[in-house]
Amino acid sequence: MDSRPRVVITGLGAVSPLGLSAAALWEGLASGRCGIGRTTAFDPSGFPCQMAGQVPAYKITDFIPKTSRKAAKLMSRDIELAVIAADQAIRQSGLVTRGIDPEHVTIQPERAAVNLGAGLISCDLVELAPAVAASAVDGHFDIRRWGREGMTAVTPLWLLKYLPNMLACHVSIIHDLQGPSNSITCGEVSGHLAIAEAKQILERGDADVSVAGGAEAKVNPMVLLTQCLLKRAACEGGDHPDQACRPFDALARGSVFGEGAGVVVLENADTAAARQAKPLAQIAGVGHSCSIGPTYQSLEPDGLGIRIAIEKALADAGIGPEDLDLVIPHGTGIPEDDLAEARGIEAALGRTADTVPVWPTKGLLSNTGAAGGSLDLIAAVCAIGSGLIPGTRTCQQRAPGCHLHIVTSPARTLIRHALCCSYTYGGQTAAIVLKNPDLD
Amino acid sequence: MIHPQPTTHNPQRPSTHRVVVTGMGIVCPLGHDVEAMWQAVLAGRSGAARTTIFDASTYPTQFDSEVKGYDLTRYVKHLHLHRQGNRGCQFALGAAVQACHQAGIEVETDTVHDGIDRTRMGIYLGSGEGAVDAEAFFPALVAGWDQAAGRMDWLQWAQEEFGRSLPSQVLEQEPHMPASHLAMLTGARGPVRSCLTACAASTQAIGEAMMLVRHGHADVMITGGCHSMIHPMGVMGFSRLTALSTRNDSPQTASRPFSATRDGFVIGEGAGILILESLDSARRRGRPILAEVIGYGSSADAFRVTDMHDEGRGPVQAMRAALKDAGLSPADVDYINAHGTSTKENDSIETLAIRTVFGGQAKKPPVSSIKGAMGHLIGAAGAAELITCVLALRDQTIPPTANLTDRDPTLDLDYVAIRPRKAALEVVMKESFGFGGQNNVVILRRFE
Repeated sequence: MDSRPRVVITGLGAVSPLGLSAAALWEGLASGRCGIGRTTAFDPSGFPCQMAGQVPAYKITDFIPKTSRKAAKLMSRDIELAVIAADQAIRQSGLVTRGIDPEHVTIQPERAAVNLGAGLISCDLVELAPAVAASAVDGHFDIRRWGREGMTAVTPLWLLKYLPNMLACHVSIIHDLQGPSNSITCGEVSGHLAIAEAKQILERGDADVSVAGGAEAKVNPMVLLTQCLLKRAACEGGDHPDQACRPFDALARGSVFGEGAGVVVLENADTAAARQAKPLAQIAGVGHSCSIGPTYQSLEPDGLGIRIAIEKALADAGIGPEDLDLVIPHGTGIPEDDLAEARGIEAALGRTADTVPVWPTKGLLSNTGAAGGSLDLIAAVCAIGSGLIPGTRTCQQRAPGCHLHIVTSPARTLIRHALCCSYTYGGQTAAIVLKNPDLD
Repeated sequence: MIHPQPTTHNPQRPSTHRVVVTGMGIVCPLGHDVEAMWQAVLAGRSGAARTTIFDASTYPTQFDSEVKGYDLTRYVKHLHLHRQGNRGCQFALGAAVQACHQAGIEVETDTVHDGIDRTRMGIYLGSGEGAVDAEAFFPALVAGWDQAAGRMDWLQWAQEEFGRSLPSQVLEQEPHMPASHLAMLTGARGPVRSCLTACAASTQAIGEAMMLVRHGHADVMITGGCHSMIHPMGVMGFSRLTALSTRNDSPQTASRPFSATRDGFVIGEGAGILILESLDSARRRGRPILAEVIGYGSSADAFRVTDMHDEGRGPVQAMRAALKDAGLSPADVDYINAHGTSTKENDSIETLAIRTVFGGQAKKPPVSSIKGAMGHLIGAAGAAELITCVLALRDQTIPPTANLTDRDPTLDLDYVAIRPRKAALEVVMKESFGFGGQNNVVILRRFE
């Protein structure tokens, strides 16, 4: 008998190309609205890929208490997105933190954890460029001039904007969350791993609540440069951005990168029940592994690391493949990775793989890096709650070798358990099983 | 208000496992193996010297603590798989090979006979990002900045970057890539995670790795950290924060934790790797046991990103959480291996936090910081320092704080200065505090 405390989700917060809330995320996904468009954050004409999934305009001051306005000056965009999503998730949970209402706090700060996944934060090149350019001698960068004069023009607190742990730090400061705090930096699988760790922290009793998820702002020239150099970015289809990112499709040509944040409030089921909070889903099982080929860019062709992660997650949840009614794969639109993931899922699910609905989301959402996994989990929670699998419109013909049952039109169904898979370039993999709270 | 039931770790609970250290490896400014490092730490020999990795001759700080003369070919056969790894990653490979060798874990092979199921062996690193490729980064910014218009010309910038950047180099900047290389090296298929909680990262990684073994999610974890921020942007960032010592005329005495004349930390680089293993697994494999990991605590200051909480609230909580996790009281701690960075703020607040936790017994446990000799390895610091804690237990010897010739009169703990001290050590505590307020504490016990 499993004696571990159950861990449930009681709040959702999402910032994505589909809008500034979890409700907007679900409305967009359910209606098939695409968040991908031509890049406007900077002039993309020098790049082979000129599309991105950009978050709609927002004012950070609308999402933080007045007392945090000074701190907001030290928030890079990745941090802002995390802060907005965390605020939303905590509000929905009904928990009252210092950041929500300092007069009526209901949490015990020392028992509240923060587990956030983050990417490598790209520095603001526009902010740096004048100081670097002023350090040139005869048109060439001169590091001695930079050391003597140039760098003195850089704002003294510059570094603090770009340390990846600052997402968690700002969230902990705004809401006064003093418990265990970690920043998982594992590329595109960061959100999954952060939520997996949060579950384990709650299970072992080191906290009662965790604000967990991931955020990353991948719409900037440095990231696009990296992804284009790695040949992971979709370079065709600019005329039809809503058709550009095609996970598992025969015409897939790469991923489209975007920005976002997905944050959930995880709670010990007993403490949630004691305050009559409604569980939106249970984190029933987590598993992780790794699967890397010798270039470190793509998964091994057989997707073994995905398979192991899924098998561990199912075992952790105490269920079998036949108990799944939905799979949200990582599905980037990069053909070799999609094929490896499909093989890993097929191997883990066995015969069930022919029938269990698989719903990739990145065709509408784009690839939001460290945010992607947690946005998918939030989508899965909404699908469980509404009994709807919206389906993807960018997989019209499955890629050769992929035998997954990809859902291409909306389907109404009872979802007992949903499986969300994730991995990253570099090879780390993870799988999380969500359980429908009405089943208990 | 939530009123939780107290839930403490119960070592008797059958579903949990005792966790022990069965291997260690290090590549650091004081040497490329554990014994060389330990001798330098005991002698208080400094690793600091003028910066050679890049031209820092006009920077406010012109010295650091570098890994010198490192040769990856000493450790790794399949060089083509690892040559592109970033500087910290290369150090991690060398340290991991040493640690695996000591623990009897086979590396660089497809067929293993070491008795470890690879799906039950994981990796958890506190590892930093690689260096920005200065040969592409700076020229592209110079080319892209349109001074007359006061804006970036992204077309120009992109042309310059695409012409100069290599795909492998940009990939290897990612902070999780060292873990990927260690997975390739060892064939690990269990949990693989990386965290980057600034200067507390590798202590956090070790603490969480211990939890994965204790709770049965893995039998063996390869854990620790690696980092090098000795590059033009990293040193610039810390310089602008005025966190670095500027004692350019005397690099070897610049890192002076708890001293009255300390003026900042000395940036270092390196990697420390420990093999954590369930006691059952270590016994089954007949491996010598170096120490037991018995406690871990993590906390957040939740105060400001620019300053530590003035009463050390976060460090206090992390220490108390680790003690509670270990089932110990402060009186049980025989030695504290401090974060001790040699900044005004850290050393004062850390002292205050220890006083708060230890109360009337605050002067009982000796305290030292090896950063006086080692410098500050940032993300890798905690792992390197925890290795010295294992050695302290082995040799019943407390490593000294180098350069502590003039104790800050406002700091009044029993700091071990200049020379090592023999002591009966059963339980030692390692603490690490990160910029932004993430704090981690790990407790070790001598294994009988």
